[in-house]
Amino acid sequence: MVPSAPDLSFRSGRNRNERIIGAILFLCAALSTLVTVGIVGVLLTQSFAFFRQVSVVEFLTSTQWTPLFQDKNFGILPLAAGSFLIAGGAAIIALPTGLLAAVYLSEYAAHRTRRILKPLLEILAGIPTVVYGYFALTFITPILRSIWPETDVFNAASGAIVVGVMIIPTVASLSEDALSAVPDTLRQGAYGLGATKLEVSTRVVIPGALSGILASFILAISRAIGETMAVTIAAGNLPNLTLNPMESIQTMTAYIVQASLGDTPQGSLAHQTLYAVGLTLFLITLSMNVVSQWILGRFREEYE
Amino acid sequence: MPTTHDIDTGGKAPALEARGVSVFYGETHAVKGIDLAVPANKVVALVGPSGCGKSTLLRCFNRMNDLVTAARIEGTVGFRGKNLYDDDVDPVEVRRRIGMVFQKPNPFPKSIYDNIAFGPRINGFDGDLDALVEQSLRQAALWDEVNNRLNDSAYALSGGQQQRLCIARTLAVKPEVVLMDEPASALDPIATQRIEELIYELKKNYTIVIVTHNMQQAARISDYTAFLYMGELVEYGPTDTIFTNPREERTEEYVTGRFG
Ligand SMILES: Nc1ncnc2c1ncn2[C@@H]1O[C@H](COP(=O)(O)OP(=O)(O)OP(=O)(O)O)[C@@H](O)[C@H]1O
Ligand SMILES: [Mg+2]
Repeated sequence: MVPSAPDLSFRSGRNRNERIIGAILFLCAALSTLVTVGIVGVLLTQSFAFFRQVSVVEFLTSTQWTPLFQDKNFGILPLAAGSFLIAGGAAIIALPTGLLAAVYLSEYAAHRTRRILKPLLEILAGIPTVVYGYFALTFITPILRSIWPETDVFNAASGAIVVGVMIIPTVASLSEDALSAVPDTLRQGAYGLGATKLEVSTRVVIPGALSGILASFILAISRAIGETMAVTIAAGNLPNLTLNPMESIQTMTAYIVQASLGDTPQGSLAHQTLYAVGLTLFLITLSMNVVSQWILGRFREEYE
Repeated sequence: MPTTHDIDTGGKAPALEARGVSVFYGETHAVKGIDLAVPANKVVALVGPSGCGKSTLLRCFNRMNDLVTAARIEGTVGFRGKNLYDDDVDPVEVRRRIGMVFQKPNPFPKSIYDNIAFGPRINGFDGDLDALVEQSLRQAALWDEVNNRLNDSAYALSGGQQQRLCIARTLAVKPEVVLMDEPASALDPIATQRIEELIYELKKNYTIVIVTHNMQQAARISDYTAFLYMGELVEYGPTDTIFTNPREERTEEYVTGRFG
């Protein structure tokens, strides 16, 4: 008996569905790319208009930021210092705490404890930032002011602390992922040489997860730089070139909010400052992301 | 079977002596009341079908089972007149004295040098570290292959070299006993042969307990062989006897490859 040739032709309905789905998926991907390109395009053109009137040198070196005043100055430094105070202070709080929390979760906590704590940590990351800002203003600031009475009502320290608390879950959760990814055989090897739990954690597991840990640090810091709501509420809106955390400051993000809500006319120089500051912010976070990608790729541990 | 552990240790005290050792993983009774004496400066092979409890028993000898939350251990393991499971015994110190080499090579993601130096460093070694690294690598027959690239990553080595590195790493803390869990099972025949030669060399200075699935290997390298089956020690004796004239039929069937 000769077997008849099997039917291998396209089944039209199924094939058409495949193509429609493919097209929809492509559109979604294309849309998000287009939006990104569009935003960057607007940032660039508007900033370009701004820099035709204000020199890049003045923008980067002038120590005053008073674009909405009669006597206009366009120095980004006060805003950059504000953002730096917040991000630096937040990093001092969040990086060690987050890493230690991650080590606890990954190396010390019992299985059950981790199963409860890890999701809890991730919920913490989902609290709206305005809540954190309110918490800073009504809880952290009074404490600071009772210890150092000369502290401003709006001050960088309060903002830095609350942003630090806010990004701890990011550090802890991502670092924990990296620590847990270190193969157990490495821990066993170290224990087999007479290592204690602390030695295993600090000398084998943390070095083994270093790239993931650094990437979590950078992501958390760029979140701190981009943070707006909590910072505006806690640290104020006073462009102030200072490194004193007890003073009121303004961050780049806070300025963008202030200027957007104000009545600067479209196309005016004051309005264009928005884009110049936005572009600066974008370049900072972009380069941090690039660095973090580079670290991940460069130092990726290959476990065999 | 009261006599299974009574082997002739030549009048010397055994290096390790398990008495009534049982291990439970939750409900699983993985090792069932095993008595086994490991003579000093000999190689003891643990053989038996998969899942019979070889690795579990091996891990009892340096308290690695402590790291398995589900594991519960009964019985005693004598080491230099001390029970390793006494309350005042620090398992970290036990593991320094009784080293372990694992089935898959598991070098740390560090340089060759730092892999060897890891153990001495955490144990507060304050002598000549370079000399110790060289000595350990020579003992593991790896020195000639790596002496000009000690700062390269250990991952740049072949599997067999990595395993010898792991052995060198274990030797660097100067243990008295080395436990090996199928140290050559992930290696090709030539690398396996090098490991076997190495074990033969090492027994001059160390006591070795080795788990293996390879009967020829057990016959070649061990002085004594213990056959485990379903968590029980079926038979234990000089390797010659176990392979040529075993007392138990199950032993004969296993070592001749008729089951398992
Ligand atoms: N961590 C663990 N948790 C629960 N059960 C375990 C664990 N480790 C081993 N067991 C069980 O204990 C028994 C003995 O396991 P063990 O690994 O000691 O066997 P083995 O003889 O080394 O086997 P193999 O030759 O396959 O390595 C098996 O039934 C296994 O399923
Ligand atoms: Mg095993």
